Amino acid sequence: MAELVIRDLHVSVEGDEGAREILRGVNLTIRSGEIHAIMGPNGSGKSTLAYSIAGHPRYVITSGTVTLDGADVLAMSVDERARAGLFLAMQYPVEVPGVTVSNFLRTAATAIRGEAPKLRTWMSEMKESMETLQVDQSFASRNVNEGFSGGERKRHEILQMELLKPKIAVLDETDSGLDIDALKVVAAGVNRVHDKEDTGLLLITHTTRLLKQIPAQFVHVFGDGVIVTSGGPELAEQIDAEGYEAFAAVPAAGE
Amino acid sequence: MAVVQEEREIAISVPVNKSEVVSSFRADDFAVPTGREEDWRFTPMRRVKSLLNPLPDSSGAKVAITAPDGVNVEWVESGDSRLGQVLTPVDRVSALAWEHVEQALVVTVPKGSTFDESILVEIDGSAASYSKIRIIAEADSSATVVIDHTGTGEHASNVEVSVGDRSRLVLTSVQDWDRSAVHLGRIHTQLGRDATLQQVVATFGGDTVRLVSTVGYDGPGGSADLFGAYFADAGQHLEHRLFADHDAPHCRSNVVYKGALQGEHAHTVWIGDVLIRAKAVGTDTYEINRNLVLTDGARADSVPNLEIETGEITGAGHASTTGRFDDEQLFYLQSRGISADIARRLVVSGFFADVIDQIPTESIRTRLWAAVEDEINLVGAEQSQ
Repeated sequence: MAELVIRDLHVSVEGDEGAREILRGVNLTIRSGEIHAIMGPNGSGKSTLAYSIAGHPRYVITSGTVTLDGADVLAMSVDERARAGLFLAMQYPVEVPGVTVSNFLRTAATAIRGEAPKLRTWMSEMKESMETLQVDQSFASRNVNEGFSGGERKRHEILQMELLKPKIAVLDETDSGLDIDALKVVAAGVNRVHDKEDTGLLLITHTTRLLKQIPAQFVHVFGDGVIVTSGGPELAEQIDAEGYEAFAAVPAAGE
Repeated sequence: MAVVQEEREIAISVPVNKSEVVSSFRADDFAVPTGREEDWRFTPMRRVKSLLNPLPDSSGAKVAITAPDGVNVEWVESGDSRLGQVLTPVDRVSALAWEHVEQALVVTVPKGSTFDESILVEIDGSAASYSKIRIIAEADSSATVVIDHTGTGEHASNVEVSVGDRSRLVLTSVQDWDRSAVHLGRIHTQLGRDATLQQVVATFGGDTVRLVSTVGYDGPGGSADLFGAYFADAGQHLEHRLFADHDAPHCRSNVVYKGALQGEHAHTVWIGDVLIRAKAVGTDTYEINRNLVLTDGARADSVPNLEIETGEITGAGHASTTGRFDDEQLFYLQSRGISADIARRLVVSGFFADVIDQIPTESIRTRLWAAVEDEINLVGAEQSQ
């Protein structure tokens, strides 16, 4: 049983006009097997939370704690966090020219597992994941994210999640840019990994589309850098019906 | 091969047509370059100064040759009739090396013979030196030649190569100089009918290296692949100038040069000139230069230049890209558990693989991969400080 605990997390970014606080005290606990969704308007700080957990250097933690099974995540480098069992499926995965998907995945799996996977079992493992996610086998020899369509990038992110088997995975706007068919394939992949590995999931999204495919038990409404309200799936339905403005203290985007 | 990310075409006003460039065996026919000339405008002239006039003593290098039985290797006087058949110097330094070298090495691959084992020419400099190497691959032959430069000192070289009709030559030139060395070199290859050249130039060491590699064609069917890999560290100047002179019909040239740069004032220059003359119908040419900038403070100049005098060609294209290994790429790879060191290694080795793996000589390939590894460790060490 893994447990990611976020306590009173404050995060700033350095901008042209000095430091700006984006997260203002986030509290959240995610355990193995649980599916949480953070919903909120654009600009509310949702992605900042995702990248802060992963350790992106742009975000400065000014106070608070993040622990994974008691270990101090904030003291770890980005790669140490991944090896400890955290994963971030990114909204905009970057291109890495010169590195093939196959080489990248095997290098990552070697780093996470602590030893190189046996070539034969690795090949079948990769083939199976690619088939489920309807990723063409030719992907393996292409450069990471280079020339990938939006849908291909998202499927590639979930492919990595399946192969790296994190304890807790954060999915940042995984539904954005996907048509309904692509969304179903990606969601089926996420559900499959969750069911098989008992992964704790944190879905970050501003629409309820993804939640219709991946059943979140806990829904948190995010506004102005804090969790405003938490509840069950009914909260998502309320957002769908009334929008974010119905929630007190959640300013509309851009305010 | 990797998809070209950004393609930019640079129109450069060349003062004269490439065919009108001065060529001479006499150094006095060339003025001492000042750095304002088109051909020298990127070169740090102060650092190459000692090679702009005759060297008082040019015996500062040892040359060792290893060749399989059946290949003829001779040291000859500089007036030997086999010299100067296909190469004429196009700059003062090359002409000085031509005039003042004491002996030339002639390597002949006899007609109809095939050698799998590499012919290895090792030039080890300790002080200022000149070299002149003549490679003659006679008709219907096949051979692999490696010229390996190591050591210190200033060096000016001419490598004159003929690939006979229907012959195949694989020529690798490695510039693995010590950090203080200066090397100004010229390689010219003349291809016979249906002859094939595969050239790999790998430049990792030296303070300043400037190589001019040119190719000409004597008849139809000639095919040249010119590959290059270079890695410049802080303060190094590595310059590669290529010229494919298509003066026969139905010939092919393909240029792929890749360079990595790291550190303050690391500077690389790549000039890729291609001239398709009026009679060179059916020419097929492509050239690409890709640079990977690993740190701030480094500069890659890249100038492809294509002149076409006939419309009846099969293909002509060029591309130049300069990309950065940036923080976002590093973050992405690290977020998958890959350490910063391994991430850098992954990116750099992936970048060089399609050039270095072209080198058929295993010992050289292994050494270059080790050199790449050393370079990566260097930047890794700097960044973890």
